[in-house]
Amino acid sequence: MVLAETCLMNPDPTAQARLAGQRLHHFHGGLRLRHNKKISCENPVEKAPLATRYFVPLLQHTGREGDATVSAGQKVLKGDQIGCFSDLGSGCIHAPTSGTVMAIAKHPISHPSGAEGRCIVIKPDGLDRWRDLAPINGWEQAPPQEIRQKIRESGIVGLGGAVFPTGYKVNEANDRGIHTLILNGSECEPYISCDEMLMRENPDSIILGARILQKAIGADRTVIAIEDQMGVVNQVLNEAVQRSGANAIEIVKVTTIYPEGGEKQLIQVLTGIEVPSGGRPTDLGLLCQNVATATAVARAVTEGKPLIERIVTVTGNGVRQPRNLLAPIGTPISNLVDQCGGYAAGAARLILGGPMMGYSLNSDSNPVIKAANCILVLTEEDIRPRQAEMPCIRCGECARVCPAILLPQQLNWSVRNGLWEDAEEYGLADCIECGCCDFVCPSHIPLVEWFRFGKTELQILARDQERAGLARQRFEAREERLARQKRDRKNRIAEKKRALSDARHKQENIEAAIERVRSRKDRES
Amino acid sequence: MSRSFKTGGAPHFQPHSTISGVMLQVIFALTPAIVAHVWYFGPGILVQIILASGFALIFEALMLKVRKQPMKLFLGDFSVILTAILFALCVPPLAPWWIALTGMFFAVVIAKHLYGGLGHNLFNPAMVGYVVALISFPQAMTAWLPPSPIATEHLGLGDVLITIANGQPPGGLAWDAITEATPLDTIRNSIAAGEMASEARRSPVFGDFGGLGWEWIANWYAIGGLWLLWKRIISWHVPVTMIGSVLMLGTMAFLLDSGSNPAPLQHVFSGALMIGAFFIATDPVSGCVSNRGRLIFGAGVGIITLVIRRWGGYPDGVAFAVLLMNMAAPLIDRFTRPRIFGQ
Repeated sequence: MVLAETCLMNPDPTAQARLAGQRLHHFHGGLRLRHNKKISCENPVEKAPLATRYFVPLLQHTGREGDATVSAGQKVLKGDQIGCFSDLGSGCIHAPTSGTVMAIAKHPISHPSGAEGRCIVIKPDGLDRWRDLAPINGWEQAPPQEIRQKIRESGIVGLGGAVFPTGYKVNEANDRGIHTLILNGSECEPYISCDEMLMRENPDSIILGARILQKAIGADRTVIAIEDQMGVVNQVLNEAVQRSGANAIEIVKVTTIYPEGGEKQLIQVLTGIEVPSGGRPTDLGLLCQNVATATAVARAVTEGKPLIERIVTVTGNGVRQPRNLLAPIGTPISNLVDQCGGYAAGAARLILGGPMMGYSLNSDSNPVIKAANCILVLTEEDIRPRQAEMPCIRCGECARVCPAILLPQQLNWSVRNGLWEDAEEYGLADCIECGCCDFVCPSHIPLVEWFRFGKTELQILARDQERAGLARQRFEAREERLARQKRDRKNRIAEKKRALSDARHKQENIEAAIERVRSRKDRES
Repeated sequence: MSRSFKTGGAPHFQPHSTISGVMLQVIFALTPAIVAHVWYFGPGILVQIILASGFALIFEALMLKVRKQPMKLFLGDFSVILTAILFALCVPPLAPWWIALTGMFFAVVIAKHLYGGLGHNLFNPAMVGYVVALISFPQAMTAWLPPSPIATEHLGLGDVLITIANGQPPGGLAWDAITEATPLDTIRNSIAAGEMASEARRSPVFGDFGGLGWEWIANWYAIGGLWLLWKRIISWHVPVTMIGSVLMLGTMAFLLDSGSNPAPLQHVFSGALMIGAFFIATDPVSGCVSNRGRLIFGAGVGIITLVIRRWGGYPDGVAFAVLLMNMAAPLIDRFTRPRIFGQ
C-alpha cells in the first residue's frame, strides 16, 4: 500500500533511481558518532609479513561450508584454488601464499558464534610464488559473460562486511537489468578506515573496477558515494576518473551519519527511494558494491589474481600502533596485532568489524577472513557498562534513531514475551541490526541481541510451519490416495459382482434354454 | 602465543545515557520553577518535596523488598524522587503531612508497583497520587496561599513546619486568614456568580496573563521544558499539541462568549497546564510511543483539560485529563504505528 503511495509520488521508482546522486536525501534516524578514524589513518597501508601458518576457513559467508579441493601434504602455489562452494553460484577460495597444505582441520574461523570450523592449514614455503595467472587481456573487448565468469572464479565477495558472493550478485544484476552501479565508499562505522585508505592510495584500481563492473552488468553509469569527512579522497578519486577517461562515473559526497553506509540507507540518500521491504536494490535497477570489491574485480580481471588478501584496519585503544594492513586471508589475527606493536594495557575486547555491528572474538588465533574489514581492540574503559540493565521506560529514543523506522521498544516487548505474530507485524525482519537503538537506550537493554534471537526464532517457526505444512500435504495426499484406493476397490468389487451375476444369469439362461429344448424333445418323443 | 578474550554483544560502546541520568535532568529542569515557587509561596514547597520524597523512598524500598527486586539499582534510579517532586509541586505548600503520605502510597504502591514497577505503569503515578489526595481531602488540597506580593501573613519556616505537622496554622491563625482562592477558583466562582470573566480578572490574584506569581512559575516550567527539549529528553509533540489545542479551543470559546470564558492565555498560564505540558504529559511510560500518537495524546490532554475547567466539577483538569489519556494511550499506539522502511 505504501509502495503505491511512493508510486503516486513518482509513477516509476526505477526512473527516479536513475537520478541517483543528483540530489541528496535523508534517511530516518541514525547517529552522529565520533569517527575515531584518524588514529589508524596516519600511516600508509603496510603489507603484513609472511606468517608461519595460514588458516583459511572453508566457511566465510552465509550458506554451507565449502569443500576442500586439495588434500594434506599437497603443494600449492599462491592463488591456486583450494576450496569451492556448491551453493550461491559456486564461489571458491584460493591459497593466500605458496607452500604445503599441512592439514584440513578444525580451527577457530572468526565466526560470530565462536564455533570452530574446517580450515585449510597452509605452511608457507617463503617464496610467495604465484601460479600462472590468466588475466582477461583487453577486457574492454571481452564479452560481459566472460568477465562475470572471471569474477565468480576469483572468489570475490562483498568486502564491506556482508561477504555476499559478487559472482552471484553480478549474474543476478545482469538478468534483472541494471542502470546504475553504486560503489559504496561511505564507511560509516567508527574506527574503520580500510576503504578510506584504499581510496586514498589506490584510486585508479577502484575506477578501473567500476568500469569493469559497469560493463559486466550492463549499467549506464556509476556513482561512487564517499563521506564528507574523508578530506582528500574526493579529489583523488576525481583525478583518477579523469585519468581513466571514463565519463559515466560520478563521485558524490554524503554526510557522515551512521548507518549511512548500509546499502538501503545509502540508496535512500542517493535516490530518495526506499528499497521495498523484503526486496533488493536490483528491484530499482541498482547494484550496490563496496569500493574494495571493485578493486578486487579489477585485480581479478586485469591481472588474473583471485581474492586472497584484503586491507584490514587494526585499531582501537587496545592496540599500540593502530594502522591499516594488507593481510592475506587466513593470517592469524595475533600476527596483525603484533605488527601493530602488540596490545596496549587494558585491552579487553577483540572485535571483528566495527564497534556498532562487529562481533567479539574469544581468541586472537582466529584468522583474517574475507569479511574482516577491521580488527578492533577496545579497553576495559571503553566497554564498561555504567549501570545494570533496567526495564524499558518507553522513552522512544530507540524509535527516533531507528533507520528502519521500527519501534524497537515494542519489538523488545514482543520478542521477550514470545509474541511472534506481533514481532512479525512490528517488522522484526526489517531490522538491519545497526545497533543505534542499543546505543541510545538509557535502560541499557541489549536490544539487538534480542532482535537477532527473535529473527532466528522466527526462522525456526517459519521452517516448522513449512514442515508442518508439508506433513499436512503429505497426510492429505495419503488420505486421498487411501480413499481413492478404497473407492477403486469398491468399484472393482461391484464390477466383479455385476460381471459375476451377469455370468450366472447367462448360465441360468443357457440352462433354462437347454431345459426347454429337452422338455420339448421329451414331449415330441 | 594466542590470547583469549571475553566476548560480549554489539554494540561495543558504553551506552551514552542512563535512567538515573534522564531522571536527574528532568529534576534539574524543574529547579527554576521550584525556586520561583519558594519566591511566591514560601518554603512550604521544599518541605513538601522532602516529605513526599521520604515517603516515596520508603514505599519504593518496601515494594522492592516484597517484589524481590534489586534494591540498590532501583532506589538509585531517581524515578520515584521525580514522582515525589511532581506530586509536591501540585499540592498546596501548607498541606498536612498525611496528604504526602496518602499521595505517595497511591503513586508508588498502587500506580507503580502493583502494575509491575518502573516502566510498566499504565497511569502517571504522580497524577494518581494527586487525584486520590484531591478527592480524599478536598479542603486541604485547595487551601492555597496567596502569592507573596499580596499576602498579608508571611509564614516563616518554623510556622510552615508546624502547620504541616499539625494540619493547623500556628498561634490561633485561621485557615481563612492565610489562604486565598487560586486564580482558576476565582474565575470559576465569579462566573458561577454571574459575573463577566473580565470582571473576575480585576481581583488582585491575577497578573498579566494568568495568576499573579503563578504565571511566573509557569514561565519557569516552560524554560525548564525547553531545556529538556534541547537536551532531547522529551520531544516537542506533546507540549506543542497540548498548549496548541488549549490556545485554539480557548480562543474559539473566548470569541464566541467572552463573558463566561477567560482569555486563552489565561488558560495557558494558570494551574498545572505548563508543568503538565512539559513534565507530566510527556512521561514516556504512561504516554504514547510514536510521534503521531504523541500529537494525539497532547491534544487530548489539552482538550479534556479545557472541558473540565469549563464544565467539570474541578477548577483545573490537567491531572484528570492526563489519567484519561493514559487509558487511551495503548489504543492510540495501536493506530499510529509508523510505516516501516520499505513497506
